[in-house]
Order: sequence, then C-alpha cells, then structure tokens
Amino acid sequence: MAVKNYILVCGGTACESSKATEIFNSLKEEAEAQGVIDDVQIVKTGCFGFCEKGPIVKILPEEAFYVEVVPEDAKEIISESIVKGRMVERLLYVDDTQEQKDEFDVEDIKFYQKQVRIVLRNCGFIDPEKIDEYIAREGYAALEKVLFDMKPDDVINELKESGLRGRGGAGFPTWMKWNFTKGADNDQKYIVCNADEGDPGAYMDRSTLEGDPHSVLEAMAIAGYAVGADTGVIYIRAEYPLAIERLEIAIKQARDYGLLGKDILGSGFDFDFEIRLGAGAFVCGEETALLRSIEGNRGMPTPKPPFPAVEGLWGKPTVINNVETWANIPMIILKGGEWFRGIGTERSSGTKVFALTGKINNSGLVEVPMGTTLREIVYDIGGGIKDDKAFKAVQTGGPSGGVLTKDFLDTPIDFDQLTAVGSMMGSGGMIVMDEDDCIVDVAKFYQEFCVEESCGKCAPCRIGTRKLYDILNKISKGKGTHQDLENMKTIGTAMKKAALCGLGQTAPNPILSSLKFFEDEYLEHVDDKICKAGKCKDLVRFEIDADKCIGCTVCARKCPVGCISGERKHPHVIDQDQCVKCGECYAACKFGAITKS
Amino acid sequence: MSCADCGNIAKEAREIVAEVGSEPEKVIPLLQEIQNRHGYLSQELVEAVAEEIKLPVSRLYGVATFYSQFRFEPIGKNLIKVCKGTACHVAGAEKVYSIISEKLGIEEGETTDDQLFTLESVACLGCCSLAPVVMINDSIYGKLNPAKMGKILKEYADGK
Ligand SMILES: Cc1cc2nc3c(=O)[nH]c(=O)nc-3n(C[C@H](O)[C@H](O)[C@H](O)COP(=O)(O)O)c2cc1C
Ligand code: SF4
Ligand code: SF4
Ligand code: SF4
Ligand code: FES
Ligand code: FES
Repeated sequence: MAVKNYILVCGGTACESSKATEIFNSLKEEAEAQGVIDDVQIVKTGCFGFCEKGPIVKILPEEAFYVEVVPEDAKEIISESIVKGRMVERLLYVDDTQEQKDEFDVEDIKFYQKQVRIVLRNCGFIDPEKIDEYIAREGYAALEKVLFDMKPDDVINELKESGLRGRGGAGFPTWMKWNFTKGADNDQKYIVCNADEGDPGAYMDRSTLEGDPHSVLEAMAIAGYAVGADTGVIYIRAEYPLAIERLEIAIKQARDYGLLGKDILGSGFDFDFEIRLGAGAFVCGEETALLRSIEGNRGMPTPKPPFPAVEGLWGKPTVINNVETWANIPMIILKGGEWFRGIGTERSSGTKVFALTGKINNSGLVEVPMGTTLREIVYDIGGGIKDDKAFKAVQTGGPSGGVLTKDFLDTPIDFDQLTAVGSMMGSGGMIVMDEDDCIVDVAKFYQEFCVEESCGKCAPCRIGTRKLYDILNKISKGKGTHQDLENMKTIGTAMKKAALCGLGQTAPNPILSSLKFFEDEYLEHVDDKICKAGKCKDLVRFEIDADKCIGCTVCARKCPVGCISGERKHPHVIDQDQCVKCGECYAACKFGAITKS
Repeated sequence: MSCADCGNIAKEAREIVAEVGSEPEKVIPLLQEIQNRHGYLSQELVEAVAEEIKLPVSRLYGVATFYSQFRFEPIGKNLIKVCKGTACHVAGAEKVYSIISEKLGIEEGETTDDQLFTLESVACLGCCSLAPVVMINDSIYGKLNPAKMGKILKEYADGK
C-alpha cells in the first residue's frame, strides 16, 4: 500500500534538545501499535526555522503544523491525524491573524510569509541523512549539468551574472575569488568551506549543515570543477556534533552513489572531501588563520596579499567560502544567474539567512530577500518584542558590527546599507534588544569577547581591545569620565587602521556605533552614575520598602542565594552584601514593595 | 606512575597515531583524540604522542595552548558548559552562571573538590532560541532561570 501521509519531525539542535528524538520514536511506536505504519512515512528533518515554538511536527499533505509537541502527544497525533485524518487542534500553531485554526497553509503563518527559501530550501523538508531525498529535490542535478553541459568558464560566468556575494561577512563577489583561483597556474588547488561560525548568537550555518549537508558538498564539487581542484576541506566547529555527523554520513552516501570520489558519473572529474574540526578559536573564522589551523598550527592570521585564492592551503591556490554562500550555488546553476539576480537588491542579490534572537517573540532562523526592512523582520516575521516591551535596538554583525536603532527600522537590509549606517551584515546574527538591555553592558560584553579571542599577534588589537574593555568596565562601575569616552573613539579609530586582521579592525565597531546612537546612555553612566536598565550591577541596588511589604515571603523563596530574610507577615530585608543583583525578587513581588535604583 | 602505566601509555599513543595519522598537520586532530578519550590532555600521553610522531613536545603544547577547547586538568564527573553567547547574555546568562558558581563554589575552569562538577563557558551552543542555555555532559537545558538551574544542579548532585 502506498504511503498516504508524511510526518516531518524537526531534528534541528534546538528541537533535539527538547526531546525531538523521543517524539520521533514514539510516533513510530504508535504508528506500529495503531496498525498504520505502512501508510505513513516518518521523517526526521533539519530545522524548520521556527525554533521558538519547537519541537515542531508537520503532517503532509494536510499541512498540519504542530508546535511545542511532547512525546506523550504521539498517540493522539497518530490516531487523529493519520488514522482519522483530522487535526489535533490543541497542538496547531495559531498566530494573531489566524483565528480559523484548521483552514490555513503553513505559508500563511506570518513567520513564514515574507520568507523566501533558497539556502534553507530543503531544511525541514528532507531527511538530511538520506541522499535519495536530496536527489528527489533536484539534488546533484547542478553538478551533473556542470560536468556535462558547462565549461569551467561558463560556471564562473553564471556566478558573475548572479551577483552572488560572500555570506561569511565581507560580501566579496564570489565569482571573482573563483576566477583568481582558476587563473592561478598550479597542479594542486583546494576548495575550503568555512563552517567555523564564530559569531556568538548565530547558527545559520549550523542549521544549513544539519538540515541539508549535500547542498554544500555539491556546491564545493562544482567549484572544484570550475577552478580545477580535486580536494575539498570542511573546517567546522567541534561544538557542532550533529552537523559533523550528518556531513560524514552525507559524504559516505555521495561516495557510494559515485557522486564523489574518482571519475564522478563517468565524467573523468575527481573530487573528494576531508573534514577538520575547529578547536574553539574565533579568529580561526578569519580565512588565513583558518588555513594555518588546517595545516596544524596556531591559528594566527597572516597578512594579505597574498590572498588565499592565489596562495592558500599549503601555499596552493584555494577558494574559501562560507557555508551559506555554498548552499546558494546549486540553485544558481540550475535556475540561472539571472533568476538569482532578480531576487534582492541591485548590489546585493539573493537572500540572507538571519538568526533572529534576543527579546523577540518568534526567535528562529529566517531567510528573507536582501532589501527586506528591519521592521518587516522584527515585527512581521519576528512577531514584535517579547512581553510588549519597547524596541531599543538590533545588533547585527556580532562582535564586528553595530546597533541599528528604531530610526533604521525602515532601512532595507543589504550589504551596503548596513555598512552605510555603521554596522555590517556579518554572518547574520540579529540580536533584538529592548528597554531592559543596557547599551554599555552589551558593548562591554562584545569587547570582553574580543579580548579573549584576540590572537595577540599584533599590538593594536592585543592592547587596544584590552584598553577598550577596561574603560567600559570603569564606565559600568560608575567611574567613567568624559575623557574616557573620547579615548575610546581615538583608540577605536586607530585600531581600525592599524590592526592586522578583521578581528582587530572591527572590534571597536560595537562601541563606536553605540556611542554614536546612544551617547545619552553612556553619559548617564558617566555623569549620573545610573544604569536605567539595571544591568550594570555596581549601579543597581534592590531594596524592600518596609511600608509596602506585606511579608508574603515570595521574594525570599525566589532569591537564588537566599539573602532575603523576614518573618511571614512582617517586612522582609535584603542582605546587600550577599545580593547578586539578579532581580528575581524585583520581578516576583506582586506588591511593588521592591525598588530598583 | 608505575612502569606498567608507561607501557600502557606508549601503547595508547601508538593506537591514537595509527587512528589519526602522524603527519605534522594532524597535530590538532591528535590532541582532540587525546582529549576525547580522557577529557583533558594528560601530560604523559601528549609526550608519548609527540615521541611517536617525532615532533618536539613544545610544538604540541604550542598548538594546544592556542585553542580554548583544550584542557590541561582532568574534569569532574559532570561537565557544565554555560553559554555566554550574545543571545544568552541578553537573556540573563550571567545570572545562571552566578547561581552555578555560587552553589558549587567554583569559577570558570575549576572543578569541585568532590570531583563531581567542572564549570566552563562557551561562546554559543547554536540553540539561541532557547536562551539562556546550559549544556551538562550531552544534555541541553534551555529557557533557564536561576531557580530552574538550581533544581537541575540538585538533580545532578543527587546522582543523576
Ligand atoms: C575575526 C573574523 C572571523 C570570521 N569568522 C567567520 C566565520 O565564522 N565564518 C565565515 O564564513 N567567515 C568568517 N570570516 C570571514 C572569512 O575571513 C572569509 O571572508 C569568508 O570565509 C569568505 O567566505 P565568503 O566569501 O563566502 O563570505 C571571519 C573573518 C574575521 C576577520
Ligand atoms: S587583529 Fe587581533 S586577531 Fe587579528 S592578527 Fe592582530 S591580534 Fe590577531
Ligand atoms: S515579595 Fe514583596 S511583599 Fe512579598 S515579602 Fe517580598 S517584598 Fe514583601
Ligand atoms: S536581586 Fe537576586 S540576589 Fe538580590 S535579593 Fe533579589 S533575588 Fe536575591
Ligand atoms: S531546531 Fe526545530 S525549528 Fe529550529
Ligand atoms: S547564544 Fe547561547 S546558544 Fe547561542
């Protein structure tokens, strides 16, 4: 009997950590127990993007979209959705526009409406551990087309036509890199995938590799053909075990199918892979440092030129691209550069995947055409700010980027627009901040990160990041001066000019950009010694107003360090020496008896 | 350390090298394999591997000290990694960290005297939508607050 239904269970990292595997197994057991195991195919896919509401289970062809599923729901999902063909109402996702629960398509969900999926085309649709499913969705057709119908120059021209720019941060035209490497005269060349994803708070590359590993393998083989390389190396963070496992499976399956290895599909072209695990150094995301790390050394950047395209891994010409850049390429080959160019803005074609996180209702992975505005991303897709708080800013570009304030909500997001307003695209982390976040605290957070991750090779970065951090630390303790603010600008500007690699050159960005847009907030810390958001601990103090406290004991029970004392029905007191300023008591008191100052 | 151990260590070093390779470019994968097996880079084993691949020990340590992944002390029974990435930071990772540190009496990089817990931080665990996130051994705990974290710690302390 033919399969009638598909059950897609999200197997992305966020859902996995909330028992997706148990759900998957329970669904199988229940399908068996209820005698429908032959009618339904249960598939574990990559991330659906809507991680906020995970674990997610989707039923096809009905398009039932179940959210926050637990293993105990399996029985009902099988008996209702599969046996009786009805929806399990209580599990269906509803957004504020969707009152008629059972009459909508997944595409109608606001979170997905403005999204266009090229990079994530297969994430959430196929089982990433089965090559057949990738092939069924035109997988490896681009490689076949390239090998038999296109000359290397045709491939590069198609890329040029597409306007594709690197998604790893800098936005360099991909075709130019390939063209340099192709033109370099050398018998041995390499193709490298940068999957080091170091921006803390971003996970686009992780999800792409977990949900659709073959798309990256296929693209790298295409590059190998175009530039004349036979070896691909994937450099991936060791912290991504699931992505590594799926890559290994994918490579093995592609080899078994003759899509990798010697004489691919009888074309005479050879291409194979190696996987290398990063060892926890952010600077290794920088391309020259990454290459030194693959070669088995300390991952320190080297000056450019020479560029990797000409002198890369082991001194050989090397194309190095980011995961998301790679994932675009099979579609560009199949649908043509002109098609790709039709999406996005004039100088930034295609889409961009963002990891939308922070104080946002629908956090998750979103893929939108370049040129989409911040407002559309935050409000239409992201569903607005959590708990109806006020929007404060969005940080893009991680430790290399800057803040976008509410004045930029209608700015179309693309490479050039973001640079023009003092931020940058970066890899695609988008952290939403609300009124409770302190701009000084966030700048200090990024600077601390840069101090820890600076490789120490050049003085402007080694000393500059430390100086900047010390100043921010001083400000957060209420000890900063106006001169300190000026000094940060001077140091930052010098670092941008003098540091050897991108890390040091961009490390001052979060400070410079926040100083520009939130100078008042810095001045509050400096002049008035206050932190309105209550994040700079030395500037906040929680106290209980004895007149308002009714002695309900709630705060004392909430306090994680047990520093609130008092008898029931009598006013309580906080032991200031013990208090870690977590604010739990403040949030818990229903009688407004706790003050924050 | 008795000499029976020396023999075992040399044997294990040979095993590791046979599995990973002996070229100088394999230094990082070799160190990763040592840490995989023991949770940290034991000095004896690093020395034995260096000897096996005919590189100076200083070369291996030179590489190891560059990367934050490597540890030079044994870890406790449970390895706690607190995410300090941006999403977790704005969601209150600091509070979660403080409560762990407070309850266990250790700071980042330290192990409790009873060898039950080691505390570390990481830059992002890739499940930012669940922020703040903590990973204990292979399990991920998300949407934490100090109270929830305290409860989880207690479960582990009670022998989970
Ligand atoms: C400090 C630093 C960290 C970087 N981290 C990453 C990273 O994690 N992933 C990435 O793809 N590119 C990263 N880059 C950019 C790479 O150097 C390089 O530009 C990129 O891999 C090129 O690929 P693309 O052209 O496809 O973007 C980083 C750059 C710097 C300076
Ligand atoms: S800028 Fe910083 S990370 Fe880059 S080489 Fe200099 S010290 Fe190292
Ligand atoms: S929660 Fe508020 S009212 Fe209750 S004991 Fe604490 S301070 Fe007093
Ligand atoms: S702020 Fe946190 S630590 Fe301080 S008294 Fe309140 S609950 Fe306790
Ligand atoms: S991990 Fe399941 S939706 Fe992202
Ligand atoms: S920032 Fe903590 S999981 Fe990404």
